[in-house]
Order: sequence, then structure tokens, then C-alpha cells
Amino acid sequence: MMRFEPREYRPLYMMALAPLLAIAAALVLAGILIAIAGAPVIEAYRRILLGAFGSRLSATETLTRATPLILTGLAAAVAFRARVWNIGAEGQFYFGAVAVAACGSKMLGSLPALILIPLLLIIGAIAGMILILVPLWLRLRFSVDEVVTSLILNFIAVLFVSMLIDGVLKDPMAFGWPQSQGVVDHAMLPKLIARSRLHIGFAIAVALAAIVYFIQSRTVFGMQSRAAGLNPSGAAFAGVQLGATLVKVACLSGGLAGLAGAIEVMGVKGYVTTDLSPGFGYAGIVVAMLANLNPLGVVLAAIFTATMFVGADGMSRSLGIPTYIADVTVALSLLTMLIALFFTQYRIRRWAR
Amino acid sequence: MGALIDIIASAGLWAAVLRIATPLIFGTLGALLCERAGVLNLGIEGIMTFGAMIGWLSVYHGADLWTGLLIAAFAGGIFGLLHSALTVTLGLSQHVSGLGVTLFASSFSYYIFRLIVPVAGTPPTIVPFQPVAIPGLSTLPFVGPALFTQTAPTYLAILVALIMAYILVRTPVGLAIRMTGENPHAAEAQGLNPMRVRYGSVIAGSALMGMGGAFLTLSAFNSFFPTMVQGRGWICIALVVFASWRPGRALFGALLFAFFDAFQLRLQTAVQGVPYQIFLMTPYILSIVALAVMSRRARVPQALMQPYRRGER
Amino acid sequence: MNTLVLMIDGVSKRFGRTVANDNISLTLARGEIVALLGENGAGKTTLMSILFGHYVPDTGRILIDNVELPQGKPRAAIRAGVGMVHQHFSLAPNLTVLENVLTGTQTLWSLRSQTNTARKKLLAIAERFGLKVDPDARLGDLSVGEQQRVEILKALYTDARILILDEPTAVLTQIETETLFSTLKQMAAQGLSLIFISHKLDEVMATADRIVVLRGGKVAAERQASQTSKAELAELMVGHRVTRPTREANVPGEILLEARDLTVKIGGVERLKRVSFHLHAGEVLGIIGVSGNGQAALGQILSGTLSRSAGELLLFGKPMDDLDVAAIVGAGIGRIPEDRNGDGAIGEMAIWENAVLERLSSFSKSGLVDRRAGMAFAQQIIDTFDVRGGNPASRTRLLSGGNMQKLILGRNLYEPPRILIAAQPARGLDEGAVAAVHSRILEARRQGTAVLLISEDLDEVIALADRIQAIVGGRLSAPINADQTNARLLGLMMSGEWKDESGADDAI
Repeated sequence: MMRFEPREYRPLYMMALAPLLAIAAALVLAGILIAIAGAPVIEAYRRILLGAFGSRLSATETLTRATPLILTGLAAAVAFRARVWNIGAEGQFYFGAVAVAACGSKMLGSLPALILIPLLLIIGAIAGMILILVPLWLRLRFSVDEVVTSLILNFIAVLFVSMLIDGVLKDPMAFGWPQSQGVVDHAMLPKLIARSRLHIGFAIAVALAAIVYFIQSRTVFGMQSRAAGLNPSGAAFAGVQLGATLVKVACLSGGLAGLAGAIEVMGVKGYVTTDLSPGFGYAGIVVAMLANLNPLGVVLAAIFTATMFVGADGMSRSLGIPTYIADVTVALSLLTMLIALFFTQYRIRRWAR
Repeated sequence: MGALIDIIASAGLWAAVLRIATPLIFGTLGALLCERAGVLNLGIEGIMTFGAMIGWLSVYHGADLWTGLLIAAFAGGIFGLLHSALTVTLGLSQHVSGLGVTLFASSFSYYIFRLIVPVAGTPPTIVPFQPVAIPGLSTLPFVGPALFTQTAPTYLAILVALIMAYILVRTPVGLAIRMTGENPHAAEAQGLNPMRVRYGSVIAGSALMGMGGAFLTLSAFNSFFPTMVQGRGWICIALVVFASWRPGRALFGALLFAFFDAFQLRLQTAVQGVPYQIFLMTPYILSIVALAVMSRRARVPQALMQPYRRGER
Repeated sequence: MNTLVLMIDGVSKRFGRTVANDNISLTLARGEIVALLGENGAGKTTLMSILFGHYVPDTGRILIDNVELPQGKPRAAIRAGVGMVHQHFSLAPNLTVLENVLTGTQTLWSLRSQTNTARKKLLAIAERFGLKVDPDARLGDLSVGEQQRVEILKALYTDARILILDEPTAVLTQIETETLFSTLKQMAAQGLSLIFISHKLDEVMATADRIVVLRGGKVAAERQASQTSKAELAELMVGHRVTRPTREANVPGEILLEARDLTVKIGGVERLKRVSFHLHAGEVLGIIGVSGNGQAALGQILSGTLSRSAGELLLFGKPMDDLDVAAIVGAGIGRIPEDRNGDGAIGEMAIWENAVLERLSSFSKSGLVDRRAGMAFAQQIIDTFDVRGGNPASRTRLLSGGNMQKLILGRNLYEPPRILIAAQPARGLDEGAVAAVHSRILEARRQGTAVLLISEDLDEVIALADRIQAIVGGRLSAPINADQTNARLLGLMMSGEWKDESGADDAI
């Protein structure tokens, strides 16, 4: 009979190996599904890579797709590390997007770009923070588990955005398509690479990953929030203000998710639709877990996830298998990563008890 | 005001209440069973989605409706097995494992569906469960068409609620489940195997969740389309807290919630000038309110979300 | 004499690199009471857990009435007539007494629980052994003593003929302890055989027929209770002459901490009721009492994690209101928490992080943590306080209980604090670690620290304290000088028998 024994030390090579093994396992399992669809598996892998990085266009597309994932991944990583289960990144994303669409069109559209762009980004982040305050307040005041409340709030948020798009923010020039008015042209984020969709939002996201890493590993706040997540009573005894820490972590998380929505609007389309996010919020959770909640790892994990989405998109179209294969693979890699993480913490002994 | 009374007085509303409540009853009971044994199963949204898909797909390929329902239950049980393996044997975070199961089960169901049923203008349909009139009772005025002319799975859901209430409180296996959810070490010290109890509860609970999903495609609607579950799974999780982990109250909670949902639907046509999204929001807002009201007072199974590891006392 | 009901033969058990039991053999006769004695970590609980089926031994076998017992299954042990009363009760507070007892006793798949028959059987057993309970009471509503009765009834309900009790008096008052042991003797007279685990020499001498001493996982000795002494047992337990540090004479200084009619509420319930005490520099004030009488509230209000509801609390002569943890630590107050794993350290963090977490203001500059200073500080603590098992960067949960306590002491005592609040500082530690902890406390006292010692261990309080107050039901007795009291008097005080200031009896 199997028995699990905790490891004393977690060697660094094992921590780096875990996500790679997880991804490999997920790809193998996805390969089974590809085979069931009747498509050649190795060819499929090849086309995924090609689709993601085969040309200049596809590479920039992948990085563009990675941008919101980096931010929602950071949002999840920051929260989970302090044991704040923010599953509401999807809704916070939309709130940030809609706030930017609202303010960046009529209201503040006359401001010069140098002021307007940072202002809109801040507004987007604040919008995300406002939304996360609901489950936060419910947790602090009523001891309600924030998982369910933040999940349900996603649906409310999307309905709210849909309502705004139908009403106040309706784009009169869109001939009936449900989309919001666009932000003014000079509020759009400049491109990183000309003649591609890659915008400076990517650079902003990477910079934020570095900043979050710095905060977590070097600052007092980082150490205290980590303590609060690992052992709340121990942290409280050592003087960490749990309530205040919770609020700060939640605001950081919600702000990042809101910023993701803002950047997606200002970098890519310029307006909001109800399908602006193909599940960025939920994918962010996978990204965070693949990175083992490490902010720098989030960047790599986000690029991997974007690779799957962009590459599998092209692959599935050319090979005639359902595009959902990308979602399945990403979901599988969450599960395999959990198992891989387990084995970095425990080893198997084949004794009886 | 007159419009409101008209709505409440219509038998159609109450018939809709039972119909809307049915997947919620199955889902809530399933989640309740898992949680009573100490395991939070956030895979419910995905399991319901997969149950909806596979039940429909089986019937589309010629199986009869009850077989479809059973296949959905079986599929749910398999996902329950997966969740148990991750949370009970490996002791992983129940939150993350459940979310992983949801993401996997949903995307997997869409993939399989698209593989077999290509995109078409109008999605293909099947012949769903037809309402069964209970002889005698269904002829009663008002109550007859409202309550006693429902599809078979609806009656089944109510029956399951009553059976589960009995089992939990009055049978040894129910006591075993409850003890495992309160103190698995105590259960072990009295000769039970808490891991097996948890596995069993999660698998059975997930089977119920699968059935709840299948009701959506085999009874309420007659076709499957992605995102059709629309967060019902999460609402069930909220309803478990609202029901204080008791099956009888879960039945009541699901009915109460379904009432507001059915009401809001009819209100949309009666009241003009309010965006329809506001109406659609109300069920979700209600479930959050229900959670807020009950969270402090409800008696949580004490070992909920704590992994059980042998020997660690 | 009597027939042997139990024979443990050559049992060994190892966990990773630690050998918990090393070739242990033990017998038990019908109607006999055997005490399993040893210090913490000697292997007593492991051995009994093997007997009850929680663990499978690596070698050896167990015979009950000459029939080999299948290993590793509590169900088999229960069927063979073994019952266990665990140190941390195996009970579910949300269920009723009857449900707790009934769990696992009926065939799993029967359609109906036989609650009526069960209730009658339970009441009959309760009657027979004088253990009163209400079968339909919710377990969480019962007192600790009553809950322990349910633990015992669980075993008796399954017709146990061999009863194992693991540190049964850890949470009982003096009176409850006496009641328990007289019940046990009654059971033995009725043919039950009992093994109880303890590290308290008084109980062992008074109640057991035979004493088996475990040391380092092996059987060190066996004695008939009538043919040995406390001193001999103590020496057998530890393996050498036991010398715990004792305090020398000291002249106390000024009053540093004072409480007057202090009342503290937790969750709306009064946990400290108008208590008064004062603490001088260079003295140890011992607060003696059984767990659960308000010590938690006392510890928390002095640690800065709780505020008072009424009365006064003066620190260096000034009111202590609005002082949070950071301010308290900054004022030179060291705190040793009762729950060292839960409150005292964050297991997953590094040793240096646990060393500095509560005093980050001294180890950070403009919001950034000074890692180098923190690691250096941790190394100093490791060197000065002999913390073994890791370096500043290793994870704290790898430390043994004793070493973790040395770390906690070290971070507080490295620079002598003005006041030290120590709650159950030596609980669960082996003799060597206990001696180390006590000598550190006495050293702090020598250097002028005012020490508030909250403890449930009479020997500890008598050895270390200059003055003693008993805590019962949230109230404190008037202080008495340690030289003017003894264990018996203190035991009575712990049960609530004392005279308050007005001279009237203040029994609870």
C-alpha cells in the first residue's frame, strides 16, 4: 500500500521541472483527444508551435494574447499567495474594460495622450478594485467564503456590462452590433512592433510582474501578506494586521485584473463587447498555478497558455478538430501541475502505513 | 400591482418553479453530500455541463431518456472520482482542484460535443421528458397543473431530497458520513475508513450533479449549447450554505430560489422600461444575499476542506 | 496471579529516520492497571497507537488472549476488545453524545440506526461505571470532564476489556482527576485491564499496580508501584539524575506591569473577571491553573491581540490601551505563546523570517526588509540558544518542538526584554529541553526581566516562581509567596478553593 512522506527539502531543480513535466503530461493527454478526432498527433503539435511562433505575425499575436493573461495571472497569484480566493478576475476584467470605454470616449477624450493613457489605466485598475471589494466586504463582515461570491459576481458583472453596452455606452455607429463606444484614437496604446497587434501593454504587464515580484520578496508588506496566507494565527500573533493586509492584497489583485481589461481595450480593439474575454480570468488561475504563484514565472506561464490558444486555434482550423482543444489542454495542465506540485512536496514509500 | 398578483396567481408560474428548481435540487443535494463528508466540490459547474452534454448526446444517438440520465450520472461519478483522487488521496487544495475539474469538464464537454455535432444554423434537438400527470392529483384545480403535472425527473429530485434527509440522520451510513465530515480522525478511531467514506460521498454527490445537468438538456431545453449552465453550479454551492447542510432545507432553498427566478422571468414581460439584464441579475444577487444571511449562523461540518492524513493527529 | 490478557512482543516502529519504538515487549494481566511512563518523545503514544491499530509496526506482534491481533486496523482492535481514550478527544462537537458513541458500531448498510436499543445500552453502561451522561446532549456543549466521560463510554460501549488511556488528566481539574482514577480502579475491580500513559509521577504512583518506563523508544525498566519511588522513576525516565534548575534568591525591583480589576471578553463572554496582579522586575509571577480557565485571554491581552473591557492595565505606570503587537514588542515585552506551532512560528517560512517577523521595524528600512541583518540575527540566536536542526535559511517546520521553542525564546531573550510573558513554555518538551527553557527563564529573571509564567505544571511553577496566583474560571486568587506553599495547597487553589481579599471563601 502506498504512503506519502513529506520531503524535507525541495530542491530547486524539482521546482523548475514541475511545470515542464505538467505541460508535457497535459500535451500527451491532449494528444489522445486529438487522436480521437482522427487527426495526426505529432503533426498537430508541430502546427501548434508553428501557429504560435511560426511567423513574425503569429509571434506578435501570441505575445499580444499573453498580455491579459500575464495580468490576470498576476491577479490570481497575488491573491492565492495570501489565501484570498479571488475567482472574480473575469468580472473585474470587464469592469476595467467598461470603465475605460466610458471615460476614454466622451468624458476625458479631450485630454492629451500623455495624461490620458496613464489616467485611463489607473481608472481601469480602480474599477477592478471596486468590484473585488464586494466579496471582500462580505468575507470581512459576514464571514462569507469569497470563492462563491466572486464567482457569482462574474455573471452579474457581465450582465451589467451588457446592460451598459445596450444603453448608455451604445455605439450608434455599430449598426446594431452590441458594442460600446470606442475610446478616442489617441487613447489607444502605441504599438511595440509596427504592423502588428503587439502593443506596449505587453511591456507594461512584464514590468508589473517584476514590480510584484519585488514587492513580494523584498518589502515588509510582501513578507507579511505571505505570512498571513501561510498561517493566519501565527501572523496575527506576530503583529500582522490581517484585515488590513487582506484588503491591500485584494485591491492589488482586483486592480491587476481590472487593468487587464483596460489594457485589452486600449491595446487591441478600442471598444468593449460582451465576448471581449474568452475566459481570461479563469485562464489566469491556470497561469498562476503553473507558475507556482511566482510573479516572474507568471510571464512564462502566460506565454505558454497564449501559445496554446493561438497555436491551437490555427492548428484546429487546419486539421478540422474543435477549437476547444486549447481550453482542454490548458485545463489539463492545471490538473497535472497540481499533481506535479504534490510530488515536489511528498515522496512515495511503498510500505504498508 | 395587478400585474404582480396575476403572475403569482397563474399556475404556469408554479409549474415553472418546480421545473427550474429541479437541476438546482440535484446539484445542491450533490454538493451537500460531498460537503457533509468534508469535501468542497467546486467541480459542480463543469460536472453539470458535462452531464448536460453526455445525457443529450446519448439520447441523440438513440438511447432512451432514462438511460441518458443514468449515463450523465455515471459520467458525473467519474469526475467525482477524479476530484476525490486529487483531494482525498493527494490532499490537494479543494478549491483549486475543484476549479480544475470544472475547467476540464466544461472544455472537455464542448470538445466532444463539437466533434460529434458540427456547428449548424439551428442546433439539433431531441424529444425531452414529457410531463407526467399524477393520476387523481393532477386534476385538482390550480395545484393540479402546477404541482402534479411535472416531468419524472422532477418527482425524482424531490424523492432524492427526502431519501437523503432520512439516510443522513437515521442510518449508520449517514452517521458515518457525518462523522467523517466533523472529525475524520474520530471516525477512524471507531473503525471507519474516512477516505473511503469521502470517496463514496464525492462520487455519489457528483453523480447527482451530473443528473442535474442532464435535466437541463433532457427536460428543460432539448438541445445542448456551450455555457448553458450559466453559473447554476455556483448557485447550488451557495444554496448548500443557505440550507445549513440539510437536505430538507436544500429542497426548500432551491424552490425559493426557483420562485424568484421564475418570477423575474415573467416580470420582464409585465414591466416595461427596465433593461432585461437587471432581471437576469436578480437570481445571482439573491444567492449572494442568501449566503450573507446564513454564513455566520449555519453549522459548518467541522472538517470541511481539511484534508485527512492518516496518523497526523 | 491472573491470566494474561495482552502480550506485546518485540514491537518496533520507525518514522523516516526516527525510531519511535525499539523492540518493545510488554504484558498486561486481567484486572491490572499498568502505567506507561516516560517523557515526551519516549514512544508511549506510538506504542499504544500501534496496539489500537492506528499504525502498523515494522516488526513484532500483539496477542490478545493468546490470539494474534491483525495489525493496522482499529476495527480489529475494537473487535478484540481494545478501547482507546485519546489524549485529544476523538469526538465531534456538532453531534450528540449518542451519535458519537454509535459511530461505527452498526453494520454500515442496514436501513435503520437502532437508536433506541443503543440509548438503553449506553445508559446501562453509564450507570454501571458511574459515568453520568445525557445521550441527546450536543457534545460541544459539555464540559471537558464530561466529554472525556463520553470518550470512555465509547470504548466501554464496544465491550472493551482492555482500556488504553492517553494522558487522561491533561485537561482535568484536581477533583475530576480524583474521580477519574477512582472510576478506573472500580473498572479494574470489575475485570477490566487498563493501561494509562502519563508523565505525572504522582498519579502513576497512586493509581498503577505496575509501571513500565519507556526511554528513547525502549523499555527502560519495569517496577511494581509498591516497590519504587518518585525519585527512582524520575531517574529511570530520564536516564540520569534529574536536575532541573531552581531559582536562587533575588531582590525584586519596581513594578513594571500591573492589572487592577481587569475584565476581558472574548466573543461577548467574560473570560477574565476582575483580575488583579502586579509584576516586579527581576521576579517570576506564576499563574497556575488547568487549561481553559482564562489563560488564553490573559495571554492574548498581554500580547496585544485583544483589548480589555473594563478595569485597568498599566505598563510602566501608564495605561496600556491602544497598544498593538508592534508597539508591545517595541516596548520591550517578549511573548512566548502557548501554541508554538500555531501562533509561535510560521512553519513554511525560513528560520530567519520567523526570527524577525514580529519585530520587522528593527529589521527593515523604508518598507524594505533587511535580509542580511535578519539572517545574521537568526544565526546569533542559533549559536547562543543552541537551536539545532537548521540554518537561518531552512524551513522552520523542520525543527523539533524543543528547538522551535529555543528559537522562540531566543528571538525574545537575545536582547533581554523588560517583561517576558511565557505561556506553557515547557509543554510537550523532553527533559533536556525543559531544563534549557527553565534555565533561560531564570537567567532572564536574574538580569532583571519581569516574568509572567502561565503554566499548568505544578512542579514548574514551584521551581521557577517567586509568587503564585491560581486562575480558575477567569478569576485570580491573591498572590502567595512560593516559600509559603506546597503542591497540595496549590492543587486546592487550582480547584478554586481560596480565600479572597474579604476573607470569604471564593469557591467556584
